[in-house]
Order: sequence, then C-alpha cells, then structure tokens
Amino acid sequence: MKLTTKLLAATAIVAASGAHATDLEVMHWWTSGGEANAVSKFADAWNATGNVWVDGAIAGGGDTARPIMVSRIIGGDPPAAFQFNHGRQAEELVEAGLILDITDVSEAEGWADIITPSSLLDSCTYDGRVFCVPVNIHSWQWMWLSNAAYENAGLDVPTTWTEFAASADALREAGVVPLAMGGQSWQQNGAFGVMALALAGQEAWLAVNQDKNAEVVMGPEYTRVFEAFGAARSLSDGLNVQDWNQATAAVIDDTAGAQIMGDWAQGEFALAGEVAGTDYSCLPGLGEVALLDTGGDAFFFPVTGDPEIEAAQKELAALLLSPAVQVSFNSAKGSLPVRPDVDLTTVNECTQKGLDLLASGAMVPAGTQLLAPDTVTQLNDLMTEFWSTPSMTPAEVQQQYADIIADAE
Amino acid sequence: MAIADTGSTDRQLAAGARRPNRLFKNLNSKIAAIPMIFVAMVVFLGGTCWTIFYSFTKSGLLPNTNFVGLDQYERLWSSRKWMVSIENLGIYGFFSLIGTLVIGFTLAALLDRKIRGEGAFRTIFLYPFALSFIVTGLVWQWILNPELGLQNVVREWGWTSFTFDPLNNPDIVMFGLLIAGLWQGTGLIMCIMLAGLRGIDEDIWKAARVDGIGTVKTYVRIIIPMMRPVFVTSLVLIGSGIVKLYDLVVAQTSGGPGISSEVPAKYVMTAMFGGQNLGQGFAASTMMLLMVGIILIPWAYLEFGGKKRG
Repeated sequence: MKLTTKLLAATAIVAASGAHATDLEVMHWWTSGGEANAVSKFADAWNATGNVWVDGAIAGGGDTARPIMVSRIIGGDPPAAFQFNHGRQAEELVEAGLILDITDVSEAEGWADIITPSSLLDSCTYDGRVFCVPVNIHSWQWMWLSNAAYENAGLDVPTTWTEFAASADALREAGVVPLAMGGQSWQQNGAFGVMALALAGQEAWLAVNQDKNAEVVMGPEYTRVFEAFGAARSLSDGLNVQDWNQATAAVIDDTAGAQIMGDWAQGEFALAGEVAGTDYSCLPGLGEVALLDTGGDAFFFPVTGDPEIEAAQKELAALLLSPAVQVSFNSAKGSLPVRPDVDLTTVNECTQKGLDLLASGAMVPAGTQLLAPDTVTQLNDLMTEFWSTPSMTPAEVQQQYADIIADAE
Repeated sequence: MAIADTGSTDRQLAAGARRPNRLFKNLNSKIAAIPMIFVAMVVFLGGTCWTIFYSFTKSGLLPNTNFVGLDQYERLWSSRKWMVSIENLGIYGFFSLIGTLVIGFTLAALLDRKIRGEGAFRTIFLYPFALSFIVTGLVWQWILNPELGLQNVVREWGWTSFTFDPLNNPDIVMFGLLIAGLWQGTGLIMCIMLAGLRGIDEDIWKAARVDGIGTVKTYVRIIIPMMRPVFVTSLVLIGSGIVKLYDLVVAQTSGGPGISSEVPAKYVMTAMFGGQNLGQGFAASTMMLLMVGIILIPWAYLEFGGKKRG
C-alpha cells in the first residue's frame, strides 16, 4: 500500500512539472568553443523561463547538420526549433507547409520596425508571412591577421589585400604560413566570394550573384579575382587543417599570418583572450572595398501539431529577439545584433568597425540569400577542386564558374 | 526402393484425383513468408521504382512531378565530381577486393596452422570490425596526420626526411582510405575463411601429404577450389561494402583534398541534402544501381543460373 501511495505521489509530481515546463529540442551546428559559449546564452535564457532547452548540437558544420535536420523534419520527427542560414535554404520546407507561421509573434513584437537591416526579415518572409527569427548578422567580408606573426618577421601589418599578397614571401621566409585555409569546400568558396566582392567591386558582384549574369564572370573585373585567388592557393601550403576554427587557431598562435573568414572567427579570438588591435587586426572587405554582406543565422520552428509545443515555440521566438538575449548572445558569438536599439556590452575595435559600416549602409545581401543551395554546392565543389589542384588554371575555373552561374536559378 | 516407388505412385494418384491448388501447398510456410515478400516488394522494389521515377523530375528539397526528361542524367555525367567519384570507386573497389581477399585468406591460413594463441590473434584481427566506420575513419585520420601520427613518429626516430602524408595528397588519398578500409574489413573475411578452412576434411590433407604435395601448393590447387562457396560469400560482403563506401570518406577526408576522394554515395548525399536537389541525387543513385546491376547480373547468372545446386 505504502509503495502504491509513493508511486502515485511520484507520478503526480512528474505530471505537475510537465504541465508547466515544456521541453524544446533545438538543433544547431554551433560546436566550436566560441559558438558553444554563445548558444549557452540562449539556453540559459530559455531555462530561466522555467522551460527546458534540449540541446541538439550537430558537429561538422552546416553541410553536415542541414541534411540531418531536413531528414528529421521530412521524416515526421521534427525538432522544436532549428538553425539555418536565412535565405533560400528553407524555401521548400516553407512551401510544403512544414514550418510554423510566426507572423502573429512578429506583429506583436513589432519586428518590422526593429530588425535592421530589413533584408534579414525579408529573407524570413515568404508571401507576406514570417517563418523564421533572424538572431544575428554575420558577414563573410573579413580578413583576420596575427600582429605578432608580422612583428616577428619584421613587417608592418598589411592594411589591404594587395599589401598582404606582396608581404607573403617575406612571411614565408620567417617560417609563417601566410594564409590559413581549412580544407572544407565552403571555406574555400566563401573566401573566393570575399575576394570577389573586395576586388571586383559591388556592381560586378551583384551582377553575378543577384542577376546571375555569366558574362560578367568572364569580364575583366572577375578575371582579376580568379587570378588573385589562383595566386593565393600556394599561400596556405604547409597548414593542413579541416575545420575553420583550427585555421583560426593557427592565426591565434601566430603560426599563420592571416585568415579570410567571417566575423564568427572573432568568437575564437575572444575565447583565447586575444585583444583586437594589439593581438590581432581585422580588415573588413580585405581593406579594399569596405562593404559587409549581411547574412546570418535564423531559427525556424517546424509544425508539430501539438498546441502546447506550438505555444512554447512562439515564446522562444520572442525570447530570441529580446534585447537582453540579443546582447549576451551576440557578444559571445562575435556577431552583430539584429536590432540597433541595444548596446553590446563589450564592443571591441573590430565590432565597432562592423557597426559603423552597418550604420553607414555599406552592405549587400549575403550569398546564401541570393543563390540557391544547389548552386552554392556546385560552386563549393568547383572552388575546392581549384584550390587543391595546382595544375588547374584560373581561365579554366572561370569558364566553369560562368557555366554554373548561367544555369543558376 | 520398391516401397519408395509405391509411395510416390500413390501420391501421384492422389494428386491426380484431388488436383490440389498449388497455391495452398505448404500454406503455413507461405503465410510465414508474407512479411518478407511484402518487405521485398514494397520497400526494396517499390523504393527502387520510386527513386527511378523521380530521377526524371526536377525535385528539389521535396519530391515533385515536374518532369525534365534526362536533364538530371546529362548534368550528372557532365559533372567533374561524378567522374572523379566513379574513378575513385573503381580504384578503391579493385584494391579493396584483391587486398581483402589476399590478406584475409593469408591470415586465415596462418591461423589454421594450429599456432599457439589462435583465439587471441583471431580476436585481435576481428576487433576492428566491431568499430563503426566513423571511428575507424577518425582513428586513421589521426594516424595519417603528418603532425600527430606515423610521419611524426618515424621522424622522431631519426629519419627526418620521411614523408608519408597520403590524406593531403590528391594523387594517393584513395590509398589512405584503402588502408583504413582494409584494417577494418579483413578481420571478418579472415574469420569466414577460417571457418571454411576448418570445414575441409582432414583426409584431404593426409592424402596430399601422402602424395608429397607441398603445403602452399595444396592450399592453392586443392583447398581454394574447394572453398568456392566461402569465396562467393566473401565477395558479396566485400562488394556491398565497396559500393556503399561513404562514412569512412566523410570521417577521414570529407571528400578532400578538393574533390579528390569523393565517392558516388557521397555525391548522392551531398546532392540530395546539401544541395537540396533530390532529382540529381536520385539520378546518381539510379546510376549506382545500374552499375551494380551490370556487374552483378552476368556474374549471378553464371554462378547460380546454369546449373542446379544441391
């Protein structure tokens, strides 16, 4: 009898706590040190509301994580929320009615007025309805340089790509790998995108990525980019790493001179205790054309059919954009907040440069917002082949790049 | 003999009288086989037909019926990455097949010489098979890493010019994968071969010894031909492992450097989920099925077709 009573009591407790707290499984691919630190800010804020954040981190980057997320959503076992880059990656999931419409949250919170740049909310909007929450602004357009590596070699820290390319030989003689580059295809194609915007300029870049104009790819502006990218290939010899944060680590410990990587790299510098300006330098737009592309991460909420989870999903959506969470998350992540009405607690020199560029409107949409994932995959394959095949000439890759752009939708 | 003859005549007579429907003969076992038949028809055959059907459409993240004819196949065969994948599968398949069979059989034959501690060796050789390909891939990625692994160890021993860095050299990266594949796969084949060797009658050995035939020659000329069914089993196991090669590549090189260690299964996965282009992935998997069919059907016909077994 006693046992039965105990069991009943235990069941009652479990049932009671279940009614208040909702477990939400959130899938994302933020697994490097800086990223994990940032995502824990979301988790803490969500747990503080009495709900439970079930962390579904997937290691290996977006290319590994996205298939797992999509197969779970299509397979009928969706997580409560998942991270994608905004833009065209979730287009078809939304069209198929698998994603929760959160227009009511957006209207209640007035997202249309607070989210800046407005293109971020546009990327979450399909046919006038809102389907995702942009949580940060990330830009690819950065180069990170190790000050100590240049000082040890007796060189000034370069301020433009041209200076960097000219100093590469001297750096190599000092035993430093000039350019750190991870082995994954998205990093090589991403770096090419950065060089294209910085060296060919905004007009040519938009003609290729937005208007899919293959003639511009064959034009003189892009020819210069392909040649510069081809010349950069040998600069990363001697450093064999896969993940981007391993490449960043080489810049942090001064064995590599520089890395072209998005501003998420700054989370790694911060975690290693490095100070912007003294330990490392940053060049937005490679110091050539100071423009930022405004991509970033967004959270989507799959349709589950469970009203309790749905309510919790909407609560989480509102929480992710609340001012306090935006500040703590973006400070840890090294990204910029999507609302200009908050002040970041620690704004270093590099973040300030980024904020100034955003305030002055020097920005373009991100590649992921303009190109379909199919096209991005083809370009990834092409650029990674070019990067690791020294015998492939810039002219060859230029022609193939033009073919892919001509077929792009 | 006479009794048996009478029995069979009786049965024939009875059959002639009642003409039972063949469908209901052995009913119990047929009912028991229904789930298996269902799985084979719906899951395997149905899934295959569904895949082939949608490979002619422009399906993106989700399947749709927007037909584009052979466009997906045209794009597939004009893709450099697909050609590299096929070539890599050929290299890996050829060396993996030969290597696994030769090493597996040699190890089995050595163990079969009634050595001391056979059980311990068998366990050691079979142990890698208990690991997933992901673990194998990671372990070998570390062993072959020039800064951490083999190259570094040999250099520390004093041979400072020693270079062994297959995973970062596009020309030999497939052999880096092959080492890991062989390490994982030979143990199982060795066990199967050993079981086959144990199934050989002692008298065969005695007869060979009486005739003065050497040990190696006995293995090659007498034992191996007798082990034909064991080799067929091994071939099927190795072959299916080669075609579905995917996780090892993902764990060890993720297709790199560049695209030099891509394989067809990875092409399918990347197209379907990374590129959100199901149609392209389906076209690639249909081609994989076709390749397996081209190799398998003539072979299966020769092996199982011509003569009745048993």
